[in-house]
Amino acid sequence: MDILNSLFTNLYDWLAATIHSLLAGLGLTKDAESAIVAAIMGLIVVTVILLWMVLMVLILIWLERKNAARVQDRVGPNRVGPWGLLQPVADTVKMFIKEDIIPTNADKLVHTLAPIVTMAPAVLAFAVIPWGKGMFPADLNIGVLWVVAVGSIGTLGIFMAGYGSNNKFSLLGGMRGVAQAVSYEIPQVLTIVTIVLMTGTMSLVKIVESQGGWGGLQWYIFAFPVGPIAFVVFYLSSLAEVNRTPFDIPEGESEIVAGHHTEYSGMKWGLFYLAEYFNFFLVCCLGAILFFGGWQGPGFLPGYVWFILKVYFLIWVGMWIRMTWPRFRVDQLMGFAWKVLVPIALLNILLAGLRFDLFSLLRMMGLIS
Amino acid sequence: MLDRYGIIALFALMAVIFPAIPLLLSWVIHPKKPNQSKLSTYECGLEFEDFPEHVQEVWVQFRVQYYIFALIFVVFAIEVVFLYPWAVAYNALGLFALVEMFIFLGILFVALAYAWRKNLLEWV
Amino acid sequence: MTADLFLINVAFYVVGAIALVGALIAVTAQNILRAALGLIVSFIGVAGVYFVLEAEFLGVVQILIYVGAIAVLILFAVMLTRGLMRGTGSAYNTQWMGAAFIALILFLLLGVVALGTRWNVVPRQVGDDVIPQIGTELMTTYLLPFEARSLLLLAVLVGAIVIARE
Repeated sequence: MDILNSLFTNLYDWLAATIHSLLAGLGLTKDAESAIVAAIMGLIVVTVILLWMVLMVLILIWLERKNAARVQDRVGPNRVGPWGLLQPVADTVKMFIKEDIIPTNADKLVHTLAPIVTMAPAVLAFAVIPWGKGMFPADLNIGVLWVVAVGSIGTLGIFMAGYGSNNKFSLLGGMRGVAQAVSYEIPQVLTIVTIVLMTGTMSLVKIVESQGGWGGLQWYIFAFPVGPIAFVVFYLSSLAEVNRTPFDIPEGESEIVAGHHTEYSGMKWGLFYLAEYFNFFLVCCLGAILFFGGWQGPGFLPGYVWFILKVYFLIWVGMWIRMTWPRFRVDQLMGFAWKVLVPIALLNILLAGLRFDLFSLLRMMGLIS
Repeated sequence: MLDRYGIIALFALMAVIFPAIPLLLSWVIHPKKPNQSKLSTYECGLEFEDFPEHVQEVWVQFRVQYYIFALIFVVFAIEVVFLYPWAVAYNALGLFALVEMFIFLGILFVALAYAWRKNLLEWV
Repeated sequence: MTADLFLINVAFYVVGAIALVGALIAVTAQNILRAALGLIVSFIGVAGVYFVLEAEFLGVVQILIYVGAIAVLILFAVMLTRGLMRGTGSAYNTQWMGAAFIALILFLLLGVVALGTRWNVVPRQVGDDVIPQIGTELMTTYLLPFEARSLLLLAVLVGAIVIARE
């Protein structure tokens, strides 16, 4: 089992050693050589993670459409490939070949930059996610705060899209979208403070490692009552951050056409779509790391398999919510964030500070370390 | 220190390049046939270009509501920035740290309550 | 110079260039919204400078507060005034030559002072776990400014709400 667990770390070490030996013949200085090896290995890691994420998003698109279909008592895509599995590929090809229409009098530069500004933070946040034991690109000691801060850059992309389209609906949708994203960021960040309180560090890797007790099942969601409350508030505010139903007023088709991406076609729209799925996957990864123990789990499966299972469980719950709940009105939306979620999150911090949770109780009674 | 942030710099580079590649590829491939109705913005019924020039400026009636929400967000974001080092150092400090932080949070909760009472959290 | 130091220098020049280009766009753009976006690029450049100087917590706070919160505030404020403004004027007024001259003098003065002073280099290394230290210091040495900060934020919020409602 240890061999499977450290499969990818061993692969990494072997590759690094191979590149070292390839460069040894060139006679460079010691640190120049290790810098070049680090750069090449870094590029490989980044590329692998990006390709993996693209694969995950393709699977997510298929999963969402099949799920929606089954909930609505129909079949879903089943023409393109077995069970419609190649449908996302067909969608991607379609996005590449569609014409890119920029409306007259639109600010061309802002219109083109908006999808890039929306997509870049989603990619950047994956730099700190640990996929398994020792499988992370970087272990920053500001880990959680990095994800939160970088995610807050994405809201600017929404605004740029709304403004750069020279369209009343887009502008309105863009401003509403920014107001919503900004309002739901506070409860999300406050619940993360609760987890940091219980762990004593902001590093994602250390947060996962601290959930290793009880044979890999000492997850923070079991730390009643602080854990579940924090998880519910975190999950709801994350769904609102990603603009998923029931919080998708900025892009609801019956409300405001398509909100900030009304005037986008072809690959630019494809990038917005991709960014939305990247962000959804990211918040489910974050939820799995903070509340469900990341890659920790009983020993019969390797760590990274547990992680993927937990992330897909959270994704499935998110899709289930999307298929069944009706959409919030825009005034209900803001009221819910500031009047309900923020006070609950603040109270939760008080409880966590007073050590009013199950783990601290057991620790006081001497049952766990 | 450098090794960790080296990867971050690479990620930042790829974060800008990765969206740009499909855009470039698509720009090479897709047809470019603009015409009048394609280039007009999405409107129901009335033709935007039929109006006189000075009315054509896109302007949404800006409500001060948007600004208030952004303002409350700035205040709470600064509060959150103080919460994080406190949360990390909490294990080593005593009960007095909790009391101090709760005075801080209490004062900001008063700010939220003020906005609530003045009906500023409504989105009319 | 070792490879590490070389890379750090390169990184510093890159983020400095980003900050400067952003500031230039912010000052010279005719369209006020593009100027605001240039300012945001400058904020990101400054955050990069903090990262290069190994003040990573400060860099992240810069991104979260400035790019995440204050940039949104500025953009909303720009949209608020756009309705009142008809037509975009030039970004320069008639006195720009005098202003540029004075700015150049100030820059030379600051440069001479910064390069000529013998800075008192503190021998203590900060180390890796600076964040718990920040937390502890906030609660002990800097407690009064910390609590005063919350009163300041309360005053800011109440004042801005009163002004905005009129």
